[in-house]
Amino acid sequence: MAHWAYSNVVPWWPYVFILLGGWLPTDAWRYLGVLSASRIDETSEAAALARTVATSLVAAVIAQLVFYPSGALADIPTLVRLASLGAGFAAYQLSRRRILVAIFVAELVIGAWALATGAGTG
Amino acid sequence: MPRSHADGAVPWPAGLRRKMTSGSDHRAERSATGWFLLGMKGIFSPPALILTTAFFGFAGLCREAGISWEESAFMTAVVWALPAKIILLGAITAGTSLPAAAFAVALSSLRMTPMVVALMPELRGPKTRTPTLLFLSHFVAITAWVFAMERMDEVPRDKRTAFFAGFAVTLTTLNTIIVAVVYNLMGELPALATGALAFLTPVYFFSSLYGSARDVSGKLALFCGMAALPPAHFLSPGSELLVAGIGGGIVAYGAGRILKARRGAA
Repeated sequence: MAHWAYSNVVPWWPYVFILLGGWLPTDAWRYLGVLSASRIDETSEAAALARTVATSLVAAVIAQLVFYPSGALADIPTLVRLASLGAGFAAYQLSRRRILVAIFVAELVIGAWALATGAGTG
Repeated sequence: MPRSHADGAVPWPAGLRRKMTSGSDHRAERSATGWFLLGMKGIFSPPALILTTAFFGFAGLCREAGISWEESAFMTAVVWALPAKIILLGAITAGTSLPAAAFAVALSSLRMTPMVVALMPELRGPKTRTPTLLFLSHFVAITAWVFAMERMDEVPRDKRTAFFAGFAVTLTTLNTIIVAVVYNLMGELPALATGALAFLTPVYFFSSLYGSARDVSGKLALFCGMAALPPAHFLSPGSELLVAGIGGGIVAYGAGRILKARRGAA
């Protein structure tokens, strides 16, 4: 439990980590929304900054998965991961923003790489 | 309550805003159970199906992150908002401390407050109790929110909580089960398939965040956040997500303002 990071050495710790790290900081905002009587100005500059930080946080996780993945994702070369993301995004734009087309094309790139190199068959 | 609120009030997945067809001719005599069931039917709507696809990817991501299937399902049920879970998983993978992880998730989930505030006048009936609303608010995330904001007009006021519960609680329950099942099924698949499935998540979020960005700073935030991660990874291992997210967000916000000012001046 060094530095209060996630670990599953103690069986209950992952659940406490998920509750305090995920549930509390999400549901607290939801409950605040129920209990606060006044409307919140969606067009304020503070709201705009909060939105860009929220987007950027998810973008950082995307980059983590593309550049520093763990597990089986790491067996797919970085170049293939980048090509998959790029092709998926291009397909999204060309298909007039159909998310399922983006996912299909991105997976196709990984599939084509696997077929071409024989990865995943041995 | 202006309908326009559903248009980009929150910067999450696009393609969720299509109007659903309604067959509510006999709405006056429909019981609360009837409305609950009608809400349940909404899980077959395109936005709900796309979200479910994303949860297949999330199950793959959980497996890659090395957490158990019980923890994955638990996380799905108690957090529910997908961006918050992705960030929490990222924090687990990076070995982030609990306070830093909670802070990153809190920043990502801040948008829940204005969403819920906007939903409350739609959801609240004359006799709705606050505990009911607090319970239902847990199931608010972008998909359920857009679904509710678009369709509440067609639901009698005293049946709205039933209708919302039918959709939102079912959606959360279904996806919690899907995460548990898909996680376990992946044990039977080659590792490459798990990796490919996990990669569904970055593609899903990159595309939908770009598509639903309200202005240029939203799009810039995607690129800035990604570009900031590699340096943050080396400079502050453990808290790289927080550093890259906040840094990238501030840069994107500033650049967006400068671009807007230039356009205004030209």
